[in-house]
Amino acid sequence: MLKLEGVSAGYGDFQALFGASLDVQAGEAVAVIGPNGAGKTTLLRVISGIIPLREGHLSMEGRPLDRVPAHRIIETGIAHVPENRRLFPRLTVEENLKIGAYLPAARSRFAERLDFVYSLFPRMKERRNQLAGTMSGGEQQMCAIGRALMSGPKLLLMDEPSAGLAPVIVQQVFDLVRRIRSEGYTVLIVEQNIQQVLKVVDRAYLLEVGRIKLSGKSADLLASDEIRRAYIGL
Amino acid sequence: MDTIFDIYLLEAIVNGVLLGGVLGLLALGLNLVFGVIDVVWICYAELVMLGMYTVYFLHVVYGVPVLLACLGAVVVVGVLGALLHYLVIRPVLQSEPINQLLVTGGVLFFLQSFATLVFGIEFRNLGLKLPILNFGEMYFSYARVLAFLVALAGMVGLYLFLTRTFLGTAIRAIAQDREIMPLMGVDSRKLYLVTSGIGGGLAGLAACLLVLQYDVHPAIGLTFGPITFMICVLGGLGNMIGGFVAAFIISQFISIGGFFFHIEWGYVIAFAFFILTMFIRPQGLFGK
Amino acid sequence: MQRDVIAPLVIAALVALAPFAGQTDYFIHILVQILLWGFIYTAWSLMGRFGLVSLGHGAFMGIGAYVTVLLWNFFELTPWIGMPIAVAAAVALAAIVGWPCVRLRIVGHYFALVTLALTAVVALSIVGLRDITGGSLGLTPNREAAGTSIYAFQFASKTVFLYVALVLWLIGLFVWRAVDRGMGRYALQAISSDEDASASVGINVGVEKIRIILLSAGLTALGGAVFGQYQMYINPETVSGIGVSLQIVFAVVAGGMFVQLGPTVGAAFTLILAETLRILIGNEYHAADTTIYGLMLVLFIIFMPKGILGAVFAGLERAKAKAA
Ligand SMILES: Nc1ncnc2c1ncn2[C@@H]1O[C@H](COP(=O)(O)OP(=O)(O)O)[C@@H](O)[C@H]1O
Ligand SMILES: [Mg+2]
Repeated sequence: MLKLEGVSAGYGDFQALFGASLDVQAGEAVAVIGPNGAGKTTLLRVISGIIPLREGHLSMEGRPLDRVPAHRIIETGIAHVPENRRLFPRLTVEENLKIGAYLPAARSRFAERLDFVYSLFPRMKERRNQLAGTMSGGEQQMCAIGRALMSGPKLLLMDEPSAGLAPVIVQQVFDLVRRIRSEGYTVLIVEQNIQQVLKVVDRAYLLEVGRIKLSGKSADLLASDEIRRAYIGL
Repeated sequence: MDTIFDIYLLEAIVNGVLLGGVLGLLALGLNLVFGVIDVVWICYAELVMLGMYTVYFLHVVYGVPVLLACLGAVVVVGVLGALLHYLVIRPVLQSEPINQLLVTGGVLFFLQSFATLVFGIEFRNLGLKLPILNFGEMYFSYARVLAFLVALAGMVGLYLFLTRTFLGTAIRAIAQDREIMPLMGVDSRKLYLVTSGIGGGLAGLAACLLVLQYDVHPAIGLTFGPITFMICVLGGLGNMIGGFVAAFIISQFISIGGFFFHIEWGYVIAFAFFILTMFIRPQGLFGK
Repeated sequence: MQRDVIAPLVIAALVALAPFAGQTDYFIHILVQILLWGFIYTAWSLMGRFGLVSLGHGAFMGIGAYVTVLLWNFFELTPWIGMPIAVAAAVALAAIVGWPCVRLRIVGHYFALVTLALTAVVALSIVGLRDITGGSLGLTPNREAAGTSIYAFQFASKTVFLYVALVLWLIGLFVWRAVDRGMGRYALQAISSDEDASASVGINVGVEKIRIILLSAGLTALGGAVFGQYQMYINPETVSGIGVSLQIVFAVVAGGMFVQLGPTVGAAFTLILAETLRILIGNEYHAADTTIYGLMLVLFIIFMPKGILGAVFAGLERAKAKAA
């Protein structure tokens, strides 16, 4: 479904990604793991077009994304749940969801999708008129995921959904990811919480200093000495 | 003696409220643009001036009915607002904020001089004879009451637009987080252009209300431009409701100050109040 | 000697010779205007170049002009004493408004708008005090019968004013140089780029800022006072209104506020442009010059934000770098 070939990107003079390649098949859940500063967020930003591609190719369902401006990426079926959630703090929950359905194609199905998101997250329905910025971190994460779902995506990009949350909530967030998968969404998730995320996804890539170091099935990675020693701390 | 004095004072207060409506509408457009694009249009009042001329020329010179002429002014100034953004603001969006302030100052100079060049320095008015309303011993001009009501309607309209529509919600959202708007499928550049158009349209609407009450001349922008900025800052730049409330406070200073002294002292008090407020609450009366 | 001494002196010498070259009164008049406004613009830039963009200089200039003339007209106080009093008044006002701004860190847009309000207060007060100021009709200093009187600071000959303006202008440039060479500059540059960082390395942010604000306001008031004596007529629009504040800022932007002679170039450029357009287009289209001027300002800020002289210097630097 999504294919990256030799993708490089950076900020000004600084290069953050060096020829990264990966692919995500329809129906899969794939993780990109790696330490802080590895370039995981940058990778998702390139996919969403927020920062430009310097080298390489990007495609979604065979359609090249290299020249698609950022605000049109979502039309190809890619929705991005950004790092730190980035809700609009002074809009209500429902208004946040409304922005998620900004695309003309999504507007016409707004009511239907709103019901869907509310059925997925009943908590959001209770809080529909609350200002998003006043909710707890876990609730905000639900809202951010809901907002992304409002565009009716095929592929969901998630940037460290568990970051900054209490351990109990982290567990809930990974349960959420499972639920999303079971709804038939394809997921590309970026995480530092490696042990947890590997239990949720099918495959994963290890990113270090802007380069893909390893990739494989989750179970294999969980068992690999290198990962265990360096990242899981066993 | 006392009762008459009180009635006149009450009249001044009510006139202040009426003025507040129009000032509030003026501040609204500026606040909208600032909230979304983060740029202060120093030349905002000059757009209003052009709107007043549009009404004047359409109605007096070309004989278009007043209502249609007003509609024309809203459209014309709306387009001017969008053009201002496209031609002037967009090229400096990435440069220092003070350059953005100055560039619209250059536009102020340009528009004011251009108007002098093209329209001359004469004062012009619509020549409409609007009745005077009286309640008991108080007299109010019909134009003022009308302006107040239309200003209120304009504000309610904008409020509904911003809260009910997708576009309006996106406009409020972009003021809170610019960077992630593309992830929502929002083209910020287009949204800026639309916002500028709406900001211009509000200036056009304000122009229609002002031209009912005041003569238009090329320098008229300087008379109420600064007061509009003060109002916006007092309310907390970008805070539309704050600006609206501040408009009523400032208009009371002008109206009551003008009642006890000369009208310019009303303004002096209003400006001094502004400076003092900035020293007590630099973020504005209603800023966070 | 350095460039910032030689260049002003050479220009001053040339200007000083102008009357001997049999120049017309008109030419001298233009020179006086350029020097006086150049001085005021330089005074503005003393603070403007450090990010303190003031729209309040119309107020300081107005106080300089009005206080001097009022003291003369009502108390026959010679401008030689009246001008220092006027300057002191402007400095006091600058302190009253400037100090809270500095303490509360009112910067950027907000500083510009507070100072704009200050201009409005002063200009409107002048109008409001119409019984003594003549309101918007303006004010003329009582004339000495002889036409020329040192005591009254009135000179029938424009040439005398040329030298007065020249001295003033040189003072402005040397103050600039002193600021440039003094420690204050580094402090202020640090402040304009990062106030918190400068405070943490022990620069007294507030004191440096307020000093430059008072200096700038005082010199502007002095310029306003002399301008009033030269014109022998002042009104709220020409010496104190918001229009004046904006005019100052824009001329400086056109010339370049970061180099010593930039503000003067701005004065020369805007005045010569206005005069040329006036002659070319004629008086009946009397706003044609400012129309073109406004348009050019917009273009300047978009395409040449360092101003004319700033851009020239940057170009020279680049050429030098290439040659080396
Ligand atoms: N906006 C930015 N400007 C400059 N450098 C950045 C920016 N964002 C990230 N970086 C740098 O790019 C590298 C990768 O960052 P990021 O993709 O955020 O890593 P991760 O998400 O894996 O923690 C880091 O070294 C970071 O410092
Ligand atoms: Mg990250």
